[in-house]
Amino acid sequence: MLNEYFFVLKAEWMLIAIIFLLLFLKVGTSDWKNETLLYGINILLLVNLLVGFFSNLEGGLFSGMFHNDALLILEKNILNIGVYLVSLIAYPWLKKHEHVLEFYILLLTTLLGMFFMISSGNLLLFYLGLEMSTIPLAAIANFDLDKRKSSEAAMKMIISSAFSSALLLFGVSLIYGTTGTLVFTEITPLLNGSPLQLLAFILLLAGFSFKMSVVPFHLWTADVYEGAPVAVTAYLSVISKSAILFIFLQVLYVVFKPMSSEWYFMLFFLSILTILLGNLFAMRQTNLKRFLAFSSIAQVGFILLGLSAGSKTGMASVIYFLLIYMFSNLAAFGVIGLVSASTGKESIDDFKGFYKTNPFLSWILAIALFSLAGVPPTAGFFGKFFLIMAGAERGNYVWVIFAALNMIISFYYYLKVVKAIFMDPNDQPIEKLTVPALPKLAFVICLTGMVLTGILSWIYEYIHTLSNF
Amino acid sequence: MNLTLFLLFPLATAIAILLASGLKQIRVIALIGSLLQLALSGKLLLAYYEQRAAGNQSQMLFEYVQKWYGPLNLQYHIGVDGISIAMILLTAFVVVAGILVSWETEHLSKEFFFLLVLLSLGAYGFFISLDVFTMFFFLEVAVIPKFLLIGIWGSGKKEYSAMKLALMLMGGSALILVGMLGIYFSSKTAGGAHSFDLLELAKMNIPLARQMLFFPFAFIGFGIFTAIFPFHTWVPDGHASAPTAASMFLAGISMKLGGYGCLRVATYLMPDAAHAYSWVIILLATIAIIYGAFATMMQTDLKYINAYSSVSHCGFVLLGIGMLTQTSINGAVMQMVSHGLMTALFFAAIGMVYSRTHTRMVAQLGGLLKIMPFISTVFVIAGLCSLGLPGFSGFAAEMTVFMGSWQNPDKWYRLATILACASIVVTAVYILRAAGKSIMGPLGNDSYKDLTDAKWYEKSAAILLIFGILVVGMAPFWLINLIQPGTEFIMNKLAVVATGL
Repeated sequence: MLNEYFFVLKAEWMLIAIIFLLLFLKVGTSDWKNETLLYGINILLLVNLLVGFFSNLEGGLFSGMFHNDALLILEKNILNIGVYLVSLIAYPWLKKHEHVLEFYILLLTTLLGMFFMISSGNLLLFYLGLEMSTIPLAAIANFDLDKRKSSEAAMKMIISSAFSSALLLFGVSLIYGTTGTLVFTEITPLLNGSPLQLLAFILLLAGFSFKMSVVPFHLWTADVYEGAPVAVTAYLSVISKSAILFIFLQVLYVVFKPMSSEWYFMLFFLSILTILLGNLFAMRQTNLKRFLAFSSIAQVGFILLGLSAGSKTGMASVIYFLLIYMFSNLAAFGVIGLVSASTGKESIDDFKGFYKTNPFLSWILAIALFSLAGVPPTAGFFGKFFLIMAGAERGNYVWVIFAALNMIISFYYYLKVVKAIFMDPNDQPIEKLTVPALPKLAFVICLTGMVLTGILSWIYEYIHTLSNF
Repeated sequence: MNLTLFLLFPLATAIAILLASGLKQIRVIALIGSLLQLALSGKLLLAYYEQRAAGNQSQMLFEYVQKWYGPLNLQYHIGVDGISIAMILLTAFVVVAGILVSWETEHLSKEFFFLLVLLSLGAYGFFISLDVFTMFFFLEVAVIPKFLLIGIWGSGKKEYSAMKLALMLMGGSALILVGMLGIYFSSKTAGGAHSFDLLELAKMNIPLARQMLFFPFAFIGFGIFTAIFPFHTWVPDGHASAPTAASMFLAGISMKLGGYGCLRVATYLMPDAAHAYSWVIILLATIAIIYGAFATMMQTDLKYINAYSSVSHCGFVLLGIGMLTQTSINGAVMQMVSHGLMTALFFAAIGMVYSRTHTRMVAQLGGLLKIMPFISTVFVIAGLCSLGLPGFSGFAAEMTVFMGSWQNPDKWYRLATILACASIVVTAVYILRAAGKSIMGPLGNDSYKDLTDAKWYEKSAAILLIFGILVVGMAPFWLINLIQPGTEFIMNKLAVVATGL
């Protein structure tokens, strides 16, 4: 029994241990240099990541409130990889920061919240995990302490997430009102699509849409992404989005399975809107972070398309896409973060002529953008192809054609950045930057991920076998 | 014969280029890689004859299937028939020539040759694939190199052209994506799964309504790659702005990907729809031929002349496919080979002239024959081939297309054939005018007197391509015999009209 408490919760225990260790370090004053501290923490995170692959135990705890299975273990490992990468690319920024320990404590707390959220079997624990993963995030969005925009981002984020939580809670209360239970497995058989339940679902969906930044609930995204430090933006757009999508998959595919024809049409409209608006706004951006914010909104629209399949392939394609999206987006944010930390430049125009001075970084950024655009041989191609393929499963070709045509628009704005990097002349390009070892490691991992995740089909096949639907 | 070598060779070359340093090393590696590839293509041809002589009648030879993405039933399925071998040979010729003419690319040479090799990798992969998914994969692999090649090393309004080309080709890909998903979800193998396998799909009949819906997507999608009217506008800008080797690759290889896809995927897999829509294809092709020819007349830039004439010439490919007779489809494939060689030669010649005179305007050139006899001769040969002089490949290919087209008894189709034939007169006008003005007559500029003739690498590139043109032109039956077995299978599928299901 004790064994179970330890191993089923292993990923969570690991994080708790690291968080406490960092807390003790903080309390027991030490005058370690930032570099040493960062190297130490990154090694800890690497250990955490590696341990995640071994001696995992599946099972339920606390009478089904918390459960762990092979798919969830995989999802947690994906999140662990992501956090490790974020930590690596945050190095140039954190090196000069005076609150490194606090940053990691807050960051890992949000990760812990996400772990609880995706493992939850009960709306209560789900809500708890969700809040635990959001509130500390708002705090670290404010971590560029001397920038006003950063505080603005934190404020916007906390208000909008409080609002979405309220919607979500209202939905939960209606579910409880109509079914009399909060346990996932007990809710499902009691769903009959009555108007009240439909309203409950719409409220839940709205709450989720806020967190995933689905149009029309996306308004906070660009401002927060722009204002927050690059590492936090990367974390927000990749890790927390993936986590919320993981639980969204469970909620749609398992809990609300009886209402699948209802949610299908809701997803259809949300996805069309999201892709279109995300793309249209992304075209007009001049700040790279805002640009990636809107492009990531459009990506979510594609994810909804894959999600709509409601089948095993749909589930697998979404998780697979998120894995690839993580590598690509983090690589892009890594380059932007490095440039921003050393020169403070973030606009697309500043990147003109970037290739002349920084060929390595340019290629990383270009490949990341190609992967986001879905161009082979990068993995992004496979990810997007399988999403669209899953979407076509139900035969809704209007949606498929719409998505395919929108890929051209997205291709345009990604290429615009590539054009700036490689082709546009610039008298004062960004000077040659030295890439520290840790971000370099992150780039190598991301590059390997962006190339190999696609060509090696067994990764997808593995996810497919785990997709327990 | 292991066809995967066609992917491994370019891949190894590309990696070697990345590791090498200095223009001298890089270009030698690129040349050796492409020559090996040419040798491999030759060996493939011989192995093919050997198999056929031994009585192997199967549709595809040297097949190899490897499961890729098992749950979705995607495969890495490769194999070749005569049509693909013709295309592979064409690619190998053009790649060697393209690398030779870029011998002195100083600016970012590593990236330049790397992208050229990557582009060729996409083309080889496309031609050996027998699975629609892998075909699509390789088709798109070739898009990014084109964008970068034009945008970085190009001339004129290169950024605009690069973007236009990339977006239009991406648009084509998007349409193909919809078409292929439609095919995929209309298919059902024995096991009940869907399939992208070309040969599996050819065995089943896609329901008529599905064909009517998805044929336009697939055909126009691939058609954009081969400059179908009205989606031909990327061709002039793209070709004119591209560096010489990239123009050669674009016109010589890349546009052929589209024609091959139209034939192999759209027409072969959806024969009923191909019959139903053939009038649309013919109409668009005829417009492209005539419009292309007249638009060429108005051009003053040599590269634009060749680019617009490419629109016109690729119209013959689509015309041949649209007519749906065996001879016309043979002709279409021949036209692809012929146009690939000829237009690559033309662009090479233009590149050689441009690198010396620094102008491509016909009005500013003149009297080149006296100063650079070799380049001028190449120029004239390319021109004569383009206007379809007997003895060169252009005549053999276009003649086959016209003969095949005439076999289609419908009077409107015959009208289209007549109109297409008439366009040759226009071709003669613009070719003779351009060649006459720039090669004959007095010197366009006194400073031209000191210019030198072709260097050894330029000569070898030109001789290689002229050799190809002459082989196809003098011995067209050799090529027809090669592609005939391939087209027969397509014709058999087309003959089973309107099964409906």
